[in-house]
Amino acid sequence: MNRRRFISQTSLTSFATILGADIVFGNNLPKGYTPLALQDTDPFKLFDKDSGMSVLNNKPWNIEAKAHLLDDKVTPNKYMFIRNNGLIPENIDAKSWKLTIDGESVSKPKTYTLDELKSKFQHHTYQLTLECGGNGRSEFNPPAKGNQWTVGAVSCANWTGVRLKDVLQDVGFKENAVYIGYHAADIHLSRNPEKEPISRGVPMAKALQDETLLAFQMNGKDIPLVHGYPLRLIAGGWPASASGKWVNRLSIRDKVHDGAKMTGTSYRVPCEPVAPGEKVADEDMCIIESMPVKSLITYPKSGAIIKKGQALNIRGHAWAGELEVQSMEYSIDFGSTWHSCSLQKPANRLAWQNFSASINHFPKKGYYEVWARAKDSNGKSQPMLLPGWNPKGYLNNACHRIAIKVS
Amino acid sequence: MSFENRFKSQVETLYRKLIIGFSIILLCIFSLLYVILNPSVFERQPDKTDLVDIQEVEEDLIENGIHVATGFVDGDGLTEVIQNCTNCHSAKLVTQNRMSKEGWVATIRWMQETQNLWDLGNNEEIIVNYLATNYAPDKKGRRDILTDIDWYTLEE
Repeated sequence: MNRRRFISQTSLTSFATILGADIVFGNNLPKGYTPLALQDTDPFKLFDKDSGMSVLNNKPWNIEAKAHLLDDKVTPNKYMFIRNNGLIPENIDAKSWKLTIDGESVSKPKTYTLDELKSKFQHHTYQLTLECGGNGRSEFNPPAKGNQWTVGAVSCANWTGVRLKDVLQDVGFKENAVYIGYHAADIHLSRNPEKEPISRGVPMAKALQDETLLAFQMNGKDIPLVHGYPLRLIAGGWPASASGKWVNRLSIRDKVHDGAKMTGTSYRVPCEPVAPGEKVADEDMCIIESMPVKSLITYPKSGAIIKKGQALNIRGHAWAGELEVQSMEYSIDFGSTWHSCSLQKPANRLAWQNFSASINHFPKKGYYEVWARAKDSNGKSQPMLLPGWNPKGYLNNACHRIAIKVS
Repeated sequence: MSFENRFKSQVETLYRKLIIGFSIILLCIFSLLYVILNPSVFERQPDKTDLVDIQEVEEDLIENGIHVATGFVDGDGLTEVIQNCTNCHSAKLVTQNRMSKEGWVATIRWMQETQNLWDLGNNEEIIVNYLATNYAPDKKGRRDILTDIDWYTLEE
């Protein structure tokens, strides 16, 4: 390049930069110009999420869906909620990824590479419901601290991996084994390498279920980084925090695992019901296991205006933790009368079930709410009001409601 | 030094001076604009010694989740709330009230319009979130009404 031309070009660039700054101050940002800082932190691009998702927190990243975004029978990545307790691991190399099984109750510690896990054990695919224990927290009163999830911290994707029980049986464990605790590559918010952001797990009975996986694929592709690439636990029907992401070590414990977020108020609720706002001692808190029965109306989106005489077709999903949903009902009169929805069987155990109904009996014009409630195979239904208050606002399975106007 | 090199260095010096000069002029313009847009910038700000007094008396002692010096609930935004809300009035004026986010924003606006409360800038969001979280309406009930409904026509 000719030197003089170089100088004139850099000058122009500099002037443009300065003028650009001037324009920014005039609130007249040039079309198509995005400040670098924003490009770096756009979570929707970063995680390939739909722009309708709600960002609750950016350090750590926590993002939820809205009810109408969860209409797919199998949740695609773009509508899958993100729940992080720490920072996403950096510089992951799947080729050198290892999983170590250790703990007090392991026969002899053993380490597998990811390739060994994939080649040695049979692959299984299940559609599994993962719901954050704190989904619905925003409704509790007195309010509970933490990310204020509304309804969108739930998903049901297809997960492919090897059965945890196959791996555990290959390693061998003692009869006194009580719990599996996971350890992972995510980074504590303080960046203190001594601290784990989260290290939870499941009792042996859950670990040995057919559907409990060490998964490496989601919806037929490598798991997205933010959802646990290259290896994660999947324990469907339990608080999603039991399904550790970026797992590189599993400890077979001879007692209930006591890792980060297994104790105190984390993912625990009062063993006996308490009044709203009551203080609960640590020893009176019990670990959440199966999630309660719940459902979501995913179509139509709340706020639909229909004409008098027009039928309103609704649909959605229902799930019940370890159990199956036996029936599904809706009400358009604030719970005075209930009507049956048609309900499908789950794709497999621990997958959500699809329901639908056609409503054509709105008696007159006006404002309505459609309420939906599921009943599990033990005969328990969703409450219409908030269920029992607990210090961290877990397990809100109050019936979902959408607003409708008949004009 | 060859003619070309001398010329190069002269042009580069001129170029640098031009950039510096230009930057100074812009800085002046921005400063002037800032003063025009924020005429109160040279007015007396709340006395900083007040803040020091509070911290000297009780420091940052938190007991049972309560900031002892003020009675505020401990939580995110406590410092900003103390710094901005207790210069003019007692913390009790805050802690005996319960308001929604909108209610707290409206109260701040009222104080800005009538009580000489300054522009809270980036702190406003922090303060409002603190207040709305820790001093939310008491009688929320067991289930809220549906809000923020985005009405639309659903075709058959």
